[in-house]
Amino acid sequence: MADTAMKSIGGVLARQGILVAFILFMVGFTLWNPRFIDPDNVFGVIRSSAILGVMALGVTFVVIGGNLDLSVGSMLSFSAIVVLDLHENPAFGPALAIPAMFALTLCLGAINGFLIGYLRLNSLIVTLGMLSAIHGLTLTWSGGQNMDIANQNETWFGVFGRGSALGVPIPVLIFIGLAAILGILLGKTPFGRKVYAVGGNGTAATFSGIPRARVVFITYLVSAFCVATAGLIQASRTMGAQNTVGQGLELEVLAAVILGGASLLGGSGTIFKTVIGVLILGFIQNGLLLAGLEFYVQFVVTWIIIILAVWLDIATKRGKLWSPIA
Amino acid sequence: MTDQKPALRLEGIVKTFPGVRALDGVSFAVQPGEVHALMGENGAGKSTLMKVLGGIYQPEEGRIFIDERETVMRGPLEAKANGVMFIHQELSLAEEISVAENIYLGELPRKSFGRVDWDTLYSRTDAILEKLKVSFNARTRVGDLSIANQQMVEIARALTVDARAVIFDEPTASLTDAEKSVLFDVIADLKAQGVGIIYISHRMEEIFRITDRISVLRDGAYRGTLETAKTDEDEITRMMIGRSLDLTRRQAPATPGPVALRVEGLSCGDLFQDAHFEVREGEVLGFYGLVGAGRTEIAETLFGLRKPTSGRIFLKGEEVTITSPIDAIARGISLVPESRKEQGLVLGMNCRDNITLPQVGDLTAGPFVSDGAEISIYDQYRDRLQIKSPSWRTTVGNLSGGNQQKIVIGKWLSMRPEVLIVDEPTRGIDVGSKSEIHNLLRELAKQGYAVIVISSEMPEVLHVSDRIVAMYHGRVMREFTAEEVTEDSLIQAISGIEGSAA
Ligand SMILES: Nc1ncnc2c1ncn2[C@@H]1O[C@H](COP(=O)(O)OP(=O)(O)OP(=O)(O)O)[C@@H](O)[C@H]1O
Ligand SMILES: [Mg+2]
Repeated sequence: MADTAMKSIGGVLARQGILVAFILFMVGFTLWNPRFIDPDNVFGVIRSSAILGVMALGVTFVVIGGNLDLSVGSMLSFSAIVVLDLHENPAFGPALAIPAMFALTLCLGAINGFLIGYLRLNSLIVTLGMLSAIHGLTLTWSGGQNMDIANQNETWFGVFGRGSALGVPIPVLIFIGLAAILGILLGKTPFGRKVYAVGGNGTAATFSGIPRARVVFITYLVSAFCVATAGLIQASRTMGAQNTVGQGLELEVLAAVILGGASLLGGSGTIFKTVIGVLILGFIQNGLLLAGLEFYVQFVVTWIIIILAVWLDIATKRGKLWSPIA
Repeated sequence: MTDQKPALRLEGIVKTFPGVRALDGVSFAVQPGEVHALMGENGAGKSTLMKVLGGIYQPEEGRIFIDERETVMRGPLEAKANGVMFIHQELSLAEEISVAENIYLGELPRKSFGRVDWDTLYSRTDAILEKLKVSFNARTRVGDLSIANQQMVEIARALTVDARAVIFDEPTASLTDAEKSVLFDVIADLKAQGVGIIYISHRMEEIFRITDRISVLRDGAYRGTLETAKTDEDEITRMMIGRSLDLTRRQAPATPGPVALRVEGLSCGDLFQDAHFEVREGEVLGFYGLVGAGRTEIAETLFGLRKPTSGRIFLKGEEVTITSPIDAIARGISLVPESRKEQGLVLGMNCRDNITLPQVGDLTAGPFVSDGAEISIYDQYRDRLQIKSPSWRTTVGNLSGGNQQKIVIGKWLSMRPEVLIVDEPTRGIDVGSKSEIHNLLRELAKQGYAVIVISSEMPEVLHVSDRIVAMYHGRVMREFTAEEVTEDSLIQAISGIEGSAA
């Protein structure tokens, strides 16, 4: 009896390695500095994770579909710059700037999706190329200048980044709402099922009459849509942006998705797990900040913790900590 | 033989997976120089038992003895060190590297400073490959080899050490007859050297051809051991599935209806040329030929996976161009593909989702996939095909090989196609389920389906077909009716012997 109980606990551990690591980490940090779970701090972390989180939701689709998207960071800069610039353009104003920015960002996603889905080019190469191409595009658009909204008091544009409803910041509401919608799209609809099939075994998906190219194409549109949303939050929060505002985010986003347990090989992962991954990453960085570590030390420590977490995940799945490939 | 010390002995092996007791106290022994068959239904636990022996799974209970010395196998390398070699049912090679590196993976010969000694590596490998009479060499990249040749690489790997015991888990599933006889020569060699051999297969003719004794597993339990020379198919079958099968009964010919599919002069590059044939509703058309004769390619062309270079296809008398699988499915064509692992299944998905995959877009309640509709389809085909799986949630990759194959068949049957094409439908399937599937194919024909069966097993083709198309090197050599066909004429036709062409 005790034996089977132990086994089922072991089973839960094996399946939820990341969640366990997360809880251990939270408990450890709280013991060390109780301020860590202060509600203000917790909400602060969630709010500051919202942009990364929204982007990670989209990248989850791409990764489950068996591909990568390294262009999301520079795409975020693009969408923030574009929406701010159009906002300042009297011909547009906020009401037109937002849909125009979404349309342009979706075009970038469509380029990714076309090259990777229909032309079957390698997603690492394509999106890495797009990373720098979009950066160039952004600089061309902005002429290398930062973008700012001149009359910040006369626009409602700030609502997406600064507003709140029922005491909850709008970015957090957007994150939660989008997570719910995309979670349902991925987990409950035929399209979601097809994404898993294409990422799990593309050939078998083709043999099952699933339009592999179109499915991959759409995952990149979803990713671009999420980036546009994140760009909107970013631009709205700061009412201004640099050309490099999204630089490096692509790796953090990918880290959050992988921390959540999606496989880089495709075919596995969920939106819920990604949300957990985003929170883990957010809390790790926050914890390090509370510990008084310099900002740049964070990069190193974050990386170490990601490696540890992934290792723990694999180790619990294998049932042993050390498995040399011989 | 029995008074000798066994080369290998297993005692009371227990292994469980979530929801399954895969091995329930299994004991058996293999003598040196003996070929010992391990038989049982799909999911009986054969592969699991061998994986315990090969150090891949750790048993919860039980002991392993090599030459009567108790041995603990903590991993595949340890099993190898103890002289146990394993040829897996599912291929486990690294595609990107050479044959030689695969064979000596983990113990490449070294020079000073840990540099790989390539010359020794290649020459050793080529020496082994020579014995196997294969057409590739040590430097070939494994990914460039056919499935059958990859199987030969697995076999070569087993010949690199002084083995005490070699396990063959369904090694012949994708081999041609010529390759099979090379394999049987290799087994005879090992046997002469006093190695104990465990041979898993569902093919009775092989069992009788090469084995000395037969042990049977049923639902994870050991049922007994028979001397091959003193038993027959019927006894083995009864031990395996608890009843007899009437395998030889010829099915009553169906009364065919109108022509469902007609093909005129269909060619696809140098894969196949100028194929003519038709299938009627209510009829099973068999395609027989050697591996590589172009049968699979014809099926793939009909399913929209290949573009024909010339020729015409008619469905119900109407000429059609089939441009993609989506198109083929919409026109009522289903294809059970040749390779379940690469083409048939998403191994990481559960059983239910795999079965419903081609129609998931239609199984909806509002915008959402309907759980209930999916589960009822799964239940229906689980019962109809007797799929053994703990639940619909079980990951397909965790099913036994034969049950995986049944999932693929269920997936395509559930589409209720008008033309059902099955390519090697019973590969890796146990005798009981095999006859179930044959009966099912006949039954489907009776219900008015047009069925095309591609098979490399002559008894299967003879048993299920109303008419048989014989192919050789991309050409349809001859068509036979069930009444006129004989084994000899069929063999002649598929070997391209002159005078048999239509
Ligand atoms: N890794 C695993 N996880 C969960 N269940 C498993 C796993 N491997 C095997 N099983 C289950 O154990 C049982 C025995 O499977 P096994 O592969 O040994 O069958 P088998 O006798 O080799 O069948 P086949 O003839 O179809 O190859 C099956 O019910 C299978 O679903
Ligand atoms: Mg097996």
